[in-house]
Amino acid sequence: MKLLRIIRRSIRDGFKSIVRNFGLSFASIMCTTITLILVALSIICAVNVEHATKSIESELSIIVYLKSDLTEEDINNIETDIRSRSAVESLTTKTKDEWKLELEESDEELKTVLDYLGDNPLMNTFVVYVNDVTELKDTAEYIKSITGVETVKYGESMVETVITIFDILEKVVVVIVIALILVTAFLISNTIKLTIFSRRSEIEIMRLVGASNGAIKLPFVVEGFIIGIIGSIIPICITIYGYVILHSRLHGHLFTNVLTLVKPFNFVFYVSIVLLIIGALVGMLGSLKAVRKYLKI
Amino acid sequence: MKLIEFKQVSKTYKNGVTALADVSVSIDKGEFVFVIGLTASGKSTFIKMLYREEKPTKGTVIVGGLNVGKIRNRKVYKLRRRIGIVFQDFKLLPKLTVYENVAFALECVGLKEKEIRPKVMEALEHVGLKNKVRSFPGELSGGEQQRVCIARAIVNDPKILICDEPTGNLDPKTSKEIMDVIENINKNLGTTIIMATHDQDIVNRMKKRVLLIKQGILAGDYAKGSYKAG
Repeated sequence: MKLLRIIRRSIRDGFKSIVRNFGLSFASIMCTTITLILVALSIICAVNVEHATKSIESELSIIVYLKSDLTEEDINNIETDIRSRSAVESLTTKTKDEWKLELEESDEELKTVLDYLGDNPLMNTFVVYVNDVTELKDTAEYIKSITGVETVKYGESMVETVITIFDILEKVVVVIVIALILVTAFLISNTIKLTIFSRRSEIEIMRLVGASNGAIKLPFVVEGFIIGIIGSIIPICITIYGYVILHSRLHGHLFTNVLTLVKPFNFVFYVSIVLLIIGALVGMLGSLKAVRKYLKI
Repeated sequence: MKLIEFKQVSKTYKNGVTALADVSVSIDKGEFVFVIGLTASGKSTFIKMLYREEKPTKGTVIVGGLNVGKIRNRKVYKLRRRIGIVFQDFKLLPKLTVYENVAFALECVGLKEKEIRPKVMEALEHVGLKNKVRSFPGELSGGEQQRVCIARAIVNDPKILICDEPTGNLDPKTSKEIMDVIENINKNLGTTIIMATHDQDIVNRMKKRVLLIKQGILAGDYAKGSYKAG
């Protein structure tokens, strides 16, 4: 019960001291707000880069053209051979008749040309998806070497370059996000340290009248928590409204249809929760670290 | 019954200054003791050891059954809850009201709100400040602030009240009023009082036990002493 009362009082005192030291609290809240906005922006960038990379990668496939003089059994053998590769995610068969039908539907003129040719001149194919883009080239080379395969087509070299660039970009953005979070932690804890410095006499008095170290720390931790939460409100609003508006203005994609943006819903809420947690944790730990220093006296 | 005991206590600071040398003294329950001496005589060190602001380098200091030198930093609060301290500079929290300042000492012990209120009012009554409950320290005179500090020190019902120059910042008239408050606490509550002071008039008038500290040595211990005794 004693502990519960101390906890309840700490919560009350935390709120009270934010109100009574409003100037200092405001400085900490602003510092949190600004750094969290930066964190929010970089998280959104990072997730979108990752998303774009994934969506491009998932569309990359190898088309395997089979020689026209193969028997059913030969085709089956080639299929099992390709499937046995560990890098192969999935394989679908598309026969020459299916290709013909698709082409005929897409273009009236082509239909007449194909009809004029009589025998279907197209080739039976496999469409192979790999589970890792880096395996694309090797897999394609391997399939090409199988007897009975006429030719192999896969994403041109340009696509590969794009993907490498995106991969590097993704890593860079992740590093930036982590660095920003660390900077936030540092900035917030320093601001809180400054505000607590001005209250070191308060801590001294608490110790002199017989408050245990835990009872002294708790209100400051609560205060840091509240500052972190309040400081994350504006960044959260910016994230939710800003991203939804951005997404609808750009019609869901950047520059080309290939680079789609992450759908705003649920995504903005996840980002908000992350911001809230970062704000609260950094506020609490910053306060704790700052108070500790003065408890050693 | 010995409440406070110094056994061959010496204190040497890190910079090599010896503040106290081989001091042995004991103080009984209910006593009123003045500690006098010039600035830098070791008087402050003596007082600070009572509430473990300083630790002895040699010897043992026992306060209310606790060995001060052996209390770890994290456990200091256990000692501080058994004693009350009155400071020269009051050390009130400026953002808390008079009531909150006094209640503060009980809150950090974890008492119930119901138990706190009557105790705070009683302590404020002892110092005659019942009508200023809602004021902030900044709105009070020096004498009134010192009364709040005394109320906070006695609200825990401590056996020992340590006063470190409580009248150092006050004019003679206010000092007398404060001394009356402290004397009444000693008489009515039976609290042991140890008071460091420079004020000759007070010491001479009260005729209490006087400990004279001179250059780190206990130079005199007079039963009904006066400042001139040193």
